[in-house]
Amino acid sequence: MTDKRQTVGTARTQGQAAESARTQGQATGTARTQAARRAMYFRMITASFARRFSRMVVALLAIIVGATVLSGLVTIYYDMPRQMGMQFRSYGANMILVPSDSAQGGMTRADIDQALAQVSNDELVGVSTYHYENCTINASPLVVAGADLEATRATSPYWYVTGEWPDEPGEVLVGLVEADFFSLEVGDTVTITHTLVASDDGRSALEESSVDFVVSGLLDTGGSEEEYFFISNDDMARLTQAEPSYNIAELSIQADAERLEALSEAISQEVPNVTPQLVKRLTTSETTVLTKLQALVFLVTVVVLALTMICVATTMTAVVTERRREIGLRKALGASDKSIVLEFMGEGLLQGALGGLIGAGLGFGFAQLVSTNVFNSSITFRPLLIPITVLAALVVTGLACALPVRNATTVDPALVLKGE
Amino acid sequence: MKNVSKIYGELRALDNVNLTIEQGEWVAIMGPSGSGKSTAMNIIGCMDKPTSGEVLLDGQDIAKLGRRELTEIRRDKIGLIFQQFHLISYLTAVENVMVAQYYHSLPDEAEALEALERVGLADRAKHLPSQLSGGEQQRVCVARALINHPEIILADEPTGNLDEQNERIVLDLFRQLHSEGTTLVVVTHDAEVGASAERIITLEYGRVTSDNADTKFGKGNG
Repeated sequence: MTDKRQTVGTARTQGQAAESARTQGQATGTARTQAARRAMYFRMITASFARRFSRMVVALLAIIVGATVLSGLVTIYYDMPRQMGMQFRSYGANMILVPSDSAQGGMTRADIDQALAQVSNDELVGVSTYHYENCTINASPLVVAGADLEATRATSPYWYVTGEWPDEPGEVLVGLVEADFFSLEVGDTVTITHTLVASDDGRSALEESSVDFVVSGLLDTGGSEEEYFFISNDDMARLTQAEPSYNIAELSIQADAERLEALSEAISQEVPNVTPQLVKRLTTSETTVLTKLQALVFLVTVVVLALTMICVATTMTAVVTERRREIGLRKALGASDKSIVLEFMGEGLLQGALGGLIGAGLGFGFAQLVSTNVFNSSITFRPLLIPITVLAALVVTGLACALPVRNATTVDPALVLKGE
Repeated sequence: MKNVSKIYGELRALDNVNLTIEQGEWVAIMGPSGSGKSTAMNIIGCMDKPTSGEVLLDGQDIAKLGRRELTEIRRDKIGLIFQQFHLISYLTAVENVMVAQYYHSLPDEAEALEALERVGLADRAKHLPSQLSGGEQQRVCVARALINHPEIILADEPTGNLDEQNERIVLDLFRQLHSEGTTLVVVTHDAEVGASAERIITLEYGRVTSDNADTKFGKGNG
């Protein structure tokens, strides 16, 4: 172009002004320019989000639902071993200690404590020890089990007791079979006799020890426990007039099958008087159920995330189509493809971050609800899940936006001028 | 433009057009619908490329440039005004002006407010386009077009949707820009708008059928 209007140039020429503005921008500090551009960028994407909220709400809801399910199910996924462990512990002990050949018929408290030392406090849900003795009531034989009844209660929550568990000296819990046999009811008093073998000057003599007990409760388990009388260890010591010698210890341990095997191995090696046995049926079932449930949760999470991605992608495609004219305008004003991508991606990611954050919170509530209703216990909050959920929401939103945003860059700015 | 043709299939939207626009000129491109006005506007505005011929802007043949270079030229040298205004609906008036700054160099709200003040809209700066009248929206569009001090302002039917009063305001703004040395290329059907320009080029069937610069400067033909 030739300059035929030099005389008019009282003002700076526009080309020079533009050049000057750009040069000045470079010279006065890229940092200031970048800060101003960043501020405008956020102003644009937040304005789009806030002032076009009704258009964004479907995508945002999809992200919130996706993030809620993700956060909730991942919380459940990681809490499930603990929850399932607790559930399975309600089916009774998963390891049993019995006297080894070297124990001469019974285990001492020291033997059991030595075995328990191999198990960490976090893993040990409970341990109940049993000391069985043959006794009589009015010359009729019966088996009395001395036990730490509080511990038994913890390890055998499935035991159903009519009446009360014994909590005072001189109280007995009677299995239903024995209660029928001896016609015992709660509140009845019964005298249990134990025959002692006393040694006097090298000759053995039989002596009897009798103790009165009040029936505090009747035990219904559907198993062999109904054939016993249960008393406290102290009462057993009073009855036998001897230190307890345990015939069996039932351990309820919160650990997977592999860990239980390792513990069993360690106890075998470290405690010669004790032979550990795993309740295989229980440990195998627990592992199987856990694996299947976790696979199910994983599958549901993946499906929900895929659905979220489809929903966000559909919404973003609609958004890009709806805003073709705006995209054309921006390009006509000089927006590069990169700018268009950054702006639309920014809007998408803003939704992703917000949806992820809301979803992370709602997800914990969802997990808590499921846990309370299914497992009857509250769930552990994992703060790390918040950034993980937000990150996952960002990735899903980013992927969902990729194709629609790429399409946005193909918009022809001439469309704007043509008014199409 | 030297021997510029734009062909869509069998349609010659521009047919061997030769045209020179001097810096600082105010040119009106007129003609009936389908005469090639918009095609010429798109090519001058670096939004389209000719099928053949040369389009020299500051000596640079924009017909040979790629998409990215054309975008840079639009950003740096051209201000656009549309009949339909084309403001971004969710941005306020001042933000719409700042968008042009954002793509050009440095967003500066104070400068954008000055531009709005210049078009008489300082008090409407925080309003959304939906809260502005057609005339006000077009004035925001003018403020956006001039904010980066472009060498050329291209206006497509700038008064097509305006009442008389607003048409006058916009034409007054054009006069100011023209007096400051800005090159104005205005596509219009409106005889009054055309008459405001110092040069009128008429297109028909993709060819220049009249150009009053021929008489003034003795050049330009179709």
